[in-house]
Amino acid sequence: MQQHDRKLLFDEKKIAGDIEKVAKAICSDFSKDDLAEIAFLGIQLKGLPFARRIVESIKKSSNLEIPLGKLDISMYRDDIGMRKTLPQIHETDIPFDINNRTIILVDDVLHTGRTIRAALDAMSDYGRPAMIKLAVLVDRGMREFPIQADYVGEKHKVSGTEHISVSWKELEGIDAVYLSQKKTGV
Amino acid sequence: MTNWTRKDLLALYDLTADEIKMILDTAQEFKKVSERRVKKVPALRGKTVVNFFVEPSTRTRASFELAEQRLSADIINMSASTSSLSKGESLLDTAKNIEALQVDLIVMRHSAAGSHNFLAKHLKCGVINAGDGAHEHPTQALLDMFTIIQKKGKIKGLNVAIVGDILHSRVARSNIWGLLKLGAKVTVGGPSTLVPKEFRNIGVRVCDNLKDTIEDADVVNLLRIQHERQRESFFPSITEYANIFGLNRETIKYLKPDALVMHPGPINRGVEVEASIADGPQSVILEQVTNGLAVRMAVLYLVAGCLEK
Repeated sequence: MQQHDRKLLFDEKKIAGDIEKVAKAICSDFSKDDLAEIAFLGIQLKGLPFARRIVESIKKSSNLEIPLGKLDISMYRDDIGMRKTLPQIHETDIPFDINNRTIILVDDVLHTGRTIRAALDAMSDYGRPAMIKLAVLVDRGMREFPIQADYVGEKHKVSGTEHISVSWKELEGIDAVYLSQKKTGV
Repeated sequence: MTNWTRKDLLALYDLTADEIKMILDTAQEFKKVSERRVKKVPALRGKTVVNFFVEPSTRTRASFELAEQRLSADIINMSASTSSLSKGESLLDTAKNIEALQVDLIVMRHSAAGSHNFLAKHLKCGVINAGDGAHEHPTQALLDMFTIIQKKGKIKGLNVAIVGDILHSRVARSNIWGLLKLGAKVTVGGPSTLVPKEFRNIGVRVCDNLKDTIEDADVVNLLRIQHERQRESFFPSITEYANIFGLNRETIKYLKPDALVMHPGPINRGVEVEASIADGPQSVILEQVTNGLAVRMAVLYLVAGCLEK
């Protein structure tokens, strides 16, 4: 995507505020004892940096080291063979037992809900969590599944022809959320 | 970033280094699936795969079958004797009939080199080569390379020796193409009647004695002496082959202590390799089998993602 055909929606400062907001909301939903029992699972690729930031933020405020895992959902997608290109498989690494734990699933953008559906399927193959909560940086609306997030950084409704993309410092060198027009045609 | 765009896996000769690396990277994640409590993912749910083995196979077929099951595909198994090939039907007619059952992928082993290319051209479904004559056996070479990377951390710059019947070996050919593309230095060695000098033309070192073949090797891949293909006499006797080209207590002294010993199986113990070495600390033979499953899952996943909608 070229720089000129996308618009900056949220900058680094705004995103930092959103991370803080979500971390605070999670902390207020759980007692300190319960907080010590939860774990974060970041969806590859763009959910993982958001999850890591939330974990860091909670560590700063509550001095708690909350475990963080990575989840790739490519093998659980419902559109294999329907997409123009196959998504690249990234690492899944869950360094804790998810059985009977409260898991906070984290992604960057909540759109159709299909990624989350796939993530829930994937998690059930690793065990049976006590509870699963969902945190996203941006809820852009246009759901195709009955899935809602428990923690949302920004609600920003956009149309089907628009595309929201998140950049992270550790991946693209900058924290930013962009809005662009979807490329039409094939 | 490379995208996988092939509906068939026919030969490593056709692939770019990036495509080979993509399969190996993808296999890394599929290996973990088999180590989980639930050893299955829904990636190929609703897809049908036919394992069409016109030539006999036990481990490759079992490995493909398990890989397909772990990806949740539906499976049909056919062999030469159970297909209508034995009633005189042509290969293309048999394949067209399989395709008419709305099959998505055909995994085939066939004695004729190039038979997969022929089918891939005429069929809409994907075709995966599980061995074609003495031409190629791409998934075997991929699992060999995957095992080397797991053990040595890389392929580029490594010396890899392939010992045995190079002339009749599709495993050797696929390994040579794959290893050269990923930057390894390849040496082949064995009785001069079984090691074509022409391999020099593609950048392979050719030796006719075991010491020269393996003394600098980081990896030595021992090929099976194929009794069933040895109708003509390429060497005087199995015993003589074992003494001169077999890896045994004497000849292992040529080998670096940290070199890997590989074998595509099935092993003729006491011929290509002595039992104590096949079971010894340098051997990764059983890990090759484990890795074969992961590599085949990766290939099936990538190819299935590129079928016509």
